[in-house]
Amino acid sequence: MELYATELMGSKAYDTQGHFVGRVREFFIEPADQPNRVSHYLLARGHFPPLVARYDQVASVSVGDIRLNVSERALALFEPNESWLAVQKDLLDQQIIDTSGRKVVRVNDVDLVEQRTNGNTELRLTQVDVGLPGAIRRLLQGVVSPGLIRRLQANLPQSTIRWEFVNLVEPDPLRRVKLRITHEKLEDLHPADLAAIMEDLSAAERQGIIASLDEETAGAVLAELDERLTTQIVEKLDPGKAADILEEMAPDAAADVLADLPKQTFDDVLEEMPGQEAREVRELLEYDPSTAGGMMNPDFAFVGERTTREEVLQWMRGQDLNLDQLDTVVLLDSAAQFAGTVTVSRLLLAEPDQSVSELKMEPLLNLEPDADDDEVFELFDKYNLRTLTVIDEHKHPIGVITVDDVVSRLVKRR
Amino acid sequence: MDWSAISERFANVRAGGTDLQKRLRSLRRRLTLLLAVVGPGLITSNVDNDAGGISTYTQAGAHYGYALLWSLIPMTIALYVTEEMCARMGVITGKGLSDLIREEFGFRPTFFVMVTGFLVDLANVVAEFAGVAAGMEIFHVSKYIAVPVAAIIVWVLVLKGTYRQVEVIFFAACGFYVTYIISAVLAKPDWLLAARATVIPDIHFNSAYLLMLTGLIGTTIAPWQFFYLQAGYVEKKVGPRDYPKARADVLVGSISCMVIVFFIIVCTAATLYVTGQRDITEAKDAARALIPLAGRWAGYLFAFGLLNASLFAASILPLSTAHVICEGLGFEAGIDHKFKDAKIFYWLYTILIVVGAGVVLLPNAPLWKILIFSQVGNGVWLPVVVIFILLLVNRRDLMGDYVNTVTFNVIAWITAIFMIGLTLFLSYASIFPSPPASP
Repeated sequence: MELYATELMGSKAYDTQGHFVGRVREFFIEPADQPNRVSHYLLARGHFPPLVARYDQVASVSVGDIRLNVSERALALFEPNESWLAVQKDLLDQQIIDTSGRKVVRVNDVDLVEQRTNGNTELRLTQVDVGLPGAIRRLLQGVVSPGLIRRLQANLPQSTIRWEFVNLVEPDPLRRVKLRITHEKLEDLHPADLAAIMEDLSAAERQGIIASLDEETAGAVLAELDERLTTQIVEKLDPGKAADILEEMAPDAAADVLADLPKQTFDDVLEEMPGQEAREVRELLEYDPSTAGGMMNPDFAFVGERTTREEVLQWMRGQDLNLDQLDTVVLLDSAAQFAGTVTVSRLLLAEPDQSVSELKMEPLLNLEPDADDDEVFELFDKYNLRTLTVIDEHKHPIGVITVDDVVSRLVKRR
Repeated sequence: MDWSAISERFANVRAGGTDLQKRLRSLRRRLTLLLAVVGPGLITSNVDNDAGGISTYTQAGAHYGYALLWSLIPMTIALYVTEEMCARMGVITGKGLSDLIREEFGFRPTFFVMVTGFLVDLANVVAEFAGVAAGMEIFHVSKYIAVPVAAIIVWVLVLKGTYRQVEVIFFAACGFYVTYIISAVLAKPDWLLAARATVIPDIHFNSAYLLMLTGLIGTTIAPWQFFYLQAGYVEKKVGPRDYPKARADVLVGSISCMVIVFFIIVCTAATLYVTGQRDITEAKDAARALIPLAGRWAGYLFAFGLLNASLFAASILPLSTAHVICEGLGFEAGIDHKFKDAKIFYWLYTILIVVGAGVVLLPNAPLWKILIFSQVGNGVWLPVVVIFILLLVNRRDLMGDYVNTVTFNVIAWITAIFMIGLTLFLSYASIFPSPPASP
């Protein structure tokens, strides 16, 4: 039968002689040992020091009545243990991440199921209740009989999350290690979903998550997060770690993150970044965010206009290119001036020995870095662009604006 | 081709802006950063001057002239001290007040705070729509047209607007309070007398005077505003580095709120009190009485101010209430969710508006009783909320080094106990009214 933590809280425990030992005030789980087993029961009796019963000292569990298979003397005195997860203190009323539903929810109750093994009964945590039935139970527990509560909740819509999909948020790094809280499941989420989840958490919790993600995922999440939050997060990171994360990001996204940092932190972080990347970021920060220069990404693919399709593909395979933004290749003439663009789809369909200049888009479109964002929007709209090249006064291409830059700028202005 | 040589050339030719451009940009940037923080403090404090508030200030001016003006300075301090604690909690913990109550005190206390909050806020919403009806009456618009239209405007504004658009409208609403300053100037008050009354207390120890004083404080510091204020900073994602700006926002809000109260009292003191029309109990009567005394415009502006304040509060109260309840009880909340994901939130929001506006339209609605219930409710609810705030804001595990200082705690507890005493007195006096003594 399904049991609920709220319902069992306060149940009386009796030892083998039938003596009353105490009331259950807390359930502990030892994630390092078994992630879903109730490993210890806290038994309190008046002002005596509380005792703990281990999972193998419990013979049977039912609402209001817990039978032990040892005598009271075999029980240990309770001592707080950081590596135990407390159901009432750490779970009930706290926020958790539902990795299957990709959102932050608040725990109303915890569902348990009993499992009998030779001579003792173990409680296994099956799911957390985040809906109305749990709320009703919390409200009415001890006021009306458990039977009536069960009847009341029978017709209510269920809203539960299986324990496997629950990701705890624990800001304290030491405790996180002891509780074996990993964020592997979070790393599998889309960075945009993870960013949305993090926006629902508090600052300390966000910091805890960023700290335990790998640098690539952390970078991808920072690129999706609200700029006010990224500044707060990076500010609190160790500059070396911050630099490692920022290196994983596209320079324009990294520049957005760095833009609002206090001067000192800004310098500390840039100091830790490799010269080339630090320089790119510094240059991008010279541009106003509302201009073409502020929207562009200085990392883009460019080839000479006289190369053939085959040569271009060969070259591209050897490069570490950002595939998500690779829609277009910029063409250069012999003076390294802008000579047009070729879309990747045209390259795909062209003959191997065809020259790329035959494939280029007409008309030749580009903008100066200080063109304002309205001009950028107009060009994208008029010519149905996916990318647009930004050139300097000597006609050298210096960056590329992709359609996702346009969308995020438009959303920001809304 | 030598690719590395080309990249080298790019690096050398990238250009920045001129000095002037840079300076303009940094100015604009600083302004944007400031706007990213301010708002909640300014909006919350101004919403305090809602329909119920304006009625009370009108009465204060009409009955006692300038005599109650001295109370504005201590009230500003009390408003600032209580609001600042919430702003600080929001900024430091990144969590709303209802979240913190739930996490630190458990489900049942949260549930009772939420249920009380719902009932009291519902009564407040009724009062706001009654204010809309009263304001429009001056412009000869029937309440059967004004109130439904207002309800629809409020409902659509909040559900269809983005957070930023709504905030801009709220800022504009804050600006419209200027009408009271103009009304006051048109009323040609004795400024010297008003200034003196503001700094020199003139305390009478009769029950009618004390009741008026209590009412003044009770309508200005309402419990729901703490939830709204804190949630506002959390929503704006203000971090510890911007805390000084948030504090300034709260300070400016508290002061501007009191400046408006000052002008309302001065306006009615200079006209109604001076000409002996001292038994005025409602803001709309004040607006009507102003027309022959200070000119048509003074009266119209006064009525417009009432309308603006009522609409403003009617937009914020239901939204804030639905938000707080859902957040505390763990349901999806916020206008950025779709209806099917946040049904409870949208239903609560709609019920608050429909019931709030509907009650005003009932032919024999006991509006007076509801108004009293809302004031008593605020009074009973307020001590509970303030004690929760004080317990939370002193928790070092939540607030770190940002816990209250000793000085701040002393001021805050004195404010809290004083407010509790006064509101208990107000509640008592509202339930067992004594015949009004002549001033």
